[in-house]
Order: sequence, then C-alpha cells, then structure tokens
Amino acid sequence: MPTAIEIFKLLPKKNCGKCNFPTCLAFAMQLASSKAKLADCPYVTEEAKAKLEASSAPPIRLITIGAGENKVEIGDETELYRHDKKFFHATRYAIAISDQASDREVSVKLRRAADLRFERVGQILALDMLAVRNDSRDPATFAEMVKRVSRESALPLILMSQDPEAVRAAASATNLSRPLIYAATFENIEGMAAAAKELKYPLAVRHDDLNGLADLVEKVKAAGVEDIVLDLGAEDLQQTLERNTIVRKNAIRKTFRGLGYPILTNVIGRERGMAMALISTMKYGGIVLMEDLDPAHAVPLFVLRQNIYTDPQVPIQVKAGLYPINNPDKDSPILFTVNFSLTYFTVAGDIEKSRMPAWLLVVDTEGLSVLTAFSAGKLTSETVAEALRSTEAMAKSGKGLLIIPGMLSRMSGKLQEATGLKVIVGPKESSGIPKLLRSL
Amino acid sequence: MVPMVEVPVPKEKWSGKVGTVALGASTADDGERKVLSIGGETGMPFLSYEGLGNRQLIAGEVVDDTSELIEVAVRPFGDAVNDPAAWAKRWVEEFGADLVCLRLRSTNPEGKDAPPEDAAQTVLKVLAAVDVPVIVYGCGHEEKDARTMEAVSNACAKVRLLLGQAEENAYKTISAAAMSNHHALIAFSNLDINLAKQMNILLSDFGVKAENIVMDPLMAGLGMGLEYSYSVNERIRMAALMGDRMLQVPMLCDVTSAWEAREASEENATWGDVVERGKWWEAATGLAALVSGADLLIVRSPLAAMVLQDAISNLRGGK
Ligand code: SF4
Repeated sequence: MPTAIEIFKLLPKKNCGKCNFPTCLAFAMQLASSKAKLADCPYVTEEAKAKLEASSAPPIRLITIGAGENKVEIGDETELYRHDKKFFHATRYAIAISDQASDREVSVKLRRAADLRFERVGQILALDMLAVRNDSRDPATFAEMVKRVSRESALPLILMSQDPEAVRAAASATNLSRPLIYAATFENIEGMAAAAKELKYPLAVRHDDLNGLADLVEKVKAAGVEDIVLDLGAEDLQQTLERNTIVRKNAIRKTFRGLGYPILTNVIGRERGMAMALISTMKYGGIVLMEDLDPAHAVPLFVLRQNIYTDPQVPIQVKAGLYPINNPDKDSPILFTVNFSLTYFTVAGDIEKSRMPAWLLVVDTEGLSVLTAFSAGKLTSETVAEALRSTEAMAKSGKGLLIIPGMLSRMSGKLQEATGLKVIVGPKESSGIPKLLRSL
Repeated sequence: MVPMVEVPVPKEKWSGKVGTVALGASTADDGERKVLSIGGETGMPFLSYEGLGNRQLIAGEVVDDTSELIEVAVRPFGDAVNDPAAWAKRWVEEFGADLVCLRLRSTNPEGKDAPPEDAAQTVLKVLAAVDVPVIVYGCGHEEKDARTMEAVSNACAKVRLLLGQAEENAYKTISAAAMSNHHALIAFSNLDINLAKQMNILLSDFGVKAENIVMDPLMAGLGMGLEYSYSVNERIRMAALMGDRMLQVPMLCDVTSAWEAREASEENATWGDVVERGKWWEAATGLAALVSGADLLIVRSPLAAMVLQDAISNLRGGK
C-alpha cells in the first residue's frame, strides 16, 4: 500500500472538499488507511488512478491453481528474508506424466504421487500438483491423458504443451478447475494468451533472459491475461539463485514492477535437478516442476520447505504428551521438557544418544522454550503435575524419578511436593543428558 | 529481437565486507602444505553481481574413536575409519575434501580418556598423511578440551591449524595457545547473532586478531531447527555487509548436525533408500548453510560432500 504522502502527490491539490474531507492531504491519509475510496474525488486523473492502482496492488500477484481443498496458492510475498516477517506461500512441488506413457507407467506415477505424503511435527508434507506433458504433440492424445489424470487424481494440474490447440482440446475433453498452462514463449504467445484468456486459466510464461521475459509478460497482459507465473529458464544453481533473487527483489523493492509474479522452476532434464529444487525452495520459488520424485528425495525436500516456511514468530510445536524413547518400561525415569519443537528435538535426540530407556514428558508451553515459558508463567509445578496426571505417566513409570531441565532448579522443591516424585535437576545443556542417564 | 524493457539488477551498495582467514601452511612450515583462504565476500551469498569472495570450502570429518559413528554416513570409507590418517587421506584423495576436520573424541573422560599427548600424536599423523589444512576439535568436555587443545596447538606449531572451539565460558586456554602458535580459532556461539558478536568481541579483547577467527553460530540440521540457523546466518552476513566489524568474520557451519535427525539414517520403507536419503539430508543442510552465508562446511558423508562441492562450483558459475 502506498503511503499518504505518495498518494497526496498524485491528487489534484484543489482542496475543494468534494471528497468530504477538508483537504487533499486529509483525503490522502484516509486513503492510505483504506478508510476512503479514490472514486470519491471527482477530479483525480486517469493517470493518477492507474498509478495508484498499480502501487496498491501486492508486489507479487497471488495466483491460485486448481480449486477446493487441494488448490495451490503461490505469490503474494512481501519479504526478501524470512526473519523480516515470514514467507507466506510455500513452494509447491509437481511431477510430470507424459501423454505417451503406457497405462502401467501412468498408474505407477499416480500411485507414487498419492504415496508422497508424510506427517512431521503434526503437519502433512505432500506432493502438490501433477503435470501432464504433451510429448505426443497430438492434441487428442494430450486431452485423453489429461482426462485420465484428472479423473484419477484430485491434485491441481499443469498442462505442459507448446500448442494452444492441445490446451483447448484438454479443456473441452473434461471439466478442469483452473489448471496452469505451461508455457507461453515467443513462439506461441498469441495463441497461448488467447487460450488462457478464453479458458480463464493461469498462464506460465517462459524465457531465459529477464528482459525478454518482461517483454513477453507485457504482451500476455496486453492480451488480457492477469494470472501469470514466470519460468526464468534457469539451467543451473547459479541461474536459479540469481534470477529468482533479481525478480523477487525488484518486485518487493518496487524497482521493477513488470515481473511481480510467482516463479516456477522447471528442473526436468537438468543435471542438478534435486539441488535446484532445494535452492528454489529456499530462494523464492513458487512451484518446482520435476520429472519424478523419489521418496528418498521427497523427504528432505519437503522438510526443508517446512523449515523455511515456518513462521519465525510462531515456532512449530510438538504435540504435548508422554513419549517413549529407547523402549522404556516401569523402571525407566521420566524427564520433562517443553513443546517448542527445537527443544524437544534436541532433548529427544540426546536421550536417544544415551541409549538409556526413558519417558519424555512434553508439557504444553504454547511452543515457548524452557526459560521463556517459565518466565511467562506457562511452565509451573502445577502445569507439570497436571501433564503427569493427564498422560498417566506414573502408571507407566514406577521408578518415582522426575528429571527436570537444569534451568528450572528453582522449581524442584515445589515440584517434589506437587508430584510426590523424587526430583533430579538435570543439566543446563541438553548434551549433558546421556551422562546423567547413565549415572542413574 | 531487441527487448523493449530493461530489467534492473538490484545490486545493494554494501559498505562492509567479510574479512578473510588463511588456513594451512604457516611461515614456519616446510612449504608443502596448501594455503586456503576463506571469506572476502562483498555481497549476499552467491550473488556474483555483488561479489563472490573466496570459494566456500568443505572439510571432511574424521574421528579418532569409532564408538559412536553413524554407519550409513561413513560407509564409503570402509575400514579406513579405524585409522584417522588413512581416513583423512581418503577424504582428500577420493572425495575431494578441501580440508580435514579431526575430532579427538578418544580424549573424552567418560570414554577412552586418552591423554592430550596421545591425541596430539594423532593430529601429527593426520598432518603427515595429507597436504590440506586441518581443523582440530576436542571431545566436547570443557576442562579436558582445554588441556587437549593446548597440547595439540603446541605440538603443531609449524602448521596453521584451525582450533575448535572457543566458547563464552571456555576460551582463554585455547586462545592463548592459538596466539602463541599462530593458529586460527573457532568462535562458537549458540544460535544468536548477539552471542556471536559477543564471542568475537571477547576474543578480540583477549588479543586474538580478526584474521585468526572463524565463527560458528551453530548450524542446526534439517528438521532440527535449520530455520533458526538459516535466519541467524543471514542476519550475521547482512550485519557484516552493513559494516558491523565485529561480525565481519568468515563463518563455519558444521552440517554433520544433519545426522541428528532420525530421517537421515533410519531405515523406513516409505521414506525411500536410506543411503540416498541420508546423503541428501546432509547435502540439504549444507546447501542451506551455504545459501545463508557459510564459508566453510564440516561434512560427514563423502556422498554429501561431493554433492556440495559440485553445488559450490555451480553456484559460483564454475569459479
Ligand atoms: S475532492 Fe479531490 S481535489 Fe477535492 S479536496 Fe478531495 S482530494 Fe482534493
């Protein structure tokens, strides 16, 4: 959103009051906080209107592909660095199916697409999209395959073809919800833009030189297509990182507005496809398009995305509860920690390392770390005692020992009273846990 | 055709730059060992139009006690894991490590409790086996490490080692040893830009020159808090480029932290092949470290190291 001063500069400065505010400046201030409408000033010029509309549009357009619960939203980002606020719309991953693939190959890919689904710290990590590629160059064959894939999978689609006729054939063969057309190039721009406009599908625009790409985007917009995705034609890691950064920074800093759209990185056929996918995930990629995705690659790729797109203000929380580590039994001690994921992972990792069986009680501190939760009053002898009760921890561990974080030594007396357990103050650093457990 | 529009390259005008640290041979050396410099960047990571600085380097991890190894990570080394010198040699000759990082885990008082003098002998053997710069760590036990690293530093005065590690509560002995033997030093801090800066200030107040400091702000592994490190690293690099002298120090990231996640090494049919997955788990951690500002990586899996070596060259446009 532009500032009041930026808006003021574009107003007629008549101070006539027709907008129901005494001065243009007063009106500008209301506009800046969205409490008035530009149309209320009868004298504002068309040029000023266009400028204001452009500068109040988000720096990167939000693009929706597909519909319903599987729909994919990319773009609408406002930051260069996640620590400045957060990244909003996580990178989405797509794998491709050739329209010349055999019946069996298609089944295998669809099966795999459905299987690429993992749960981690309470979130589902999964493949997002399927692309159908017009290798046959035949519109009818393409349409058949699109029909099949859309029947057998609910994932949003990417229609990969150079041929506007193939796209139209697919659209008329079956009822598609906003697939992404991939891609318009200098060779097919008129036909593709016309098809995208008519079908109301988002359109990917591909060119490996940013000036040329900006040129293409202007042409596509002139043809009436607004929902655009950019393929910067990167072939390697340097191009992926640099081009993505240039496009993102220009959009956010408003140094160039013509490429304010989400980015698609196509790694199909690239030598460093997996590394490109990882780099694009960290550096502003909206969609990564791959030939295939082995689960051994999917797991690290999906977890990287989860990490990068975590809101820095809202840490990932682990579910509160009692976690068995190294097959504990009645004779194993209980340790407790908080549900801040980083703390949990560190503590659980160190217990695992000790190879000593133990019960790890995770207390709900709303994702706060030990000291923060303690200072904020969210981690008290009462909340710990309650967590012990609700998880029936004492029924599982009969040892009568509770190991508490070293930083909470102040709590030990009260906790002993509240729980009747013998409290042992653990180390201040989690790395000391193995030594403590072995010494019990 | 001639493009109608000119897309600007949004190059930042940074006022600061990352300093450089040279590792490897010292003036007292026989001249056989390679000298490698890290740092010197004048822009954000791998933006060639802002200034690349020295090539990012990879140190291969060698441990002198095999009791806690993660088998899948070190499998390609075979029996060499029983001999630090042979292990180091394979890192350099077969897997393209730029440096070797030796961890003297045998000195752990709760384990083998090897005396500092024995550990220093191990370092000398590794130095004799390879011609690359060497990083040396103790076992992570504060009091013992002070003695071990002092002995190591004194025994290797001819070579310019990188010694790990100076921490807020334990830096004096190791710093004094590093200063008298002209060794470089790792300044460790725990995931916090202010602590990282504080550590560099402590060392420089103690008399350690900036050209001898490499900072380690703790690289959390993939799925183990990587996002915190990623952002701390980025903020450190930006502060350095904006002119904060106390953060203009090259950055080391120990990406062996990747192996703390169970996904890196646990067999699980739905997660795909464990070797391939482990390689990419560490490589992804390494890429995140590089893209957020690392100058030097410590890597455990030679398969991951090869991915990362190739990625560094490729990110630098072949340079
Ligand atoms: S109506 Fe337009 S010209 Fe008149 S005071 Fe309002 S903003 Fe200014």
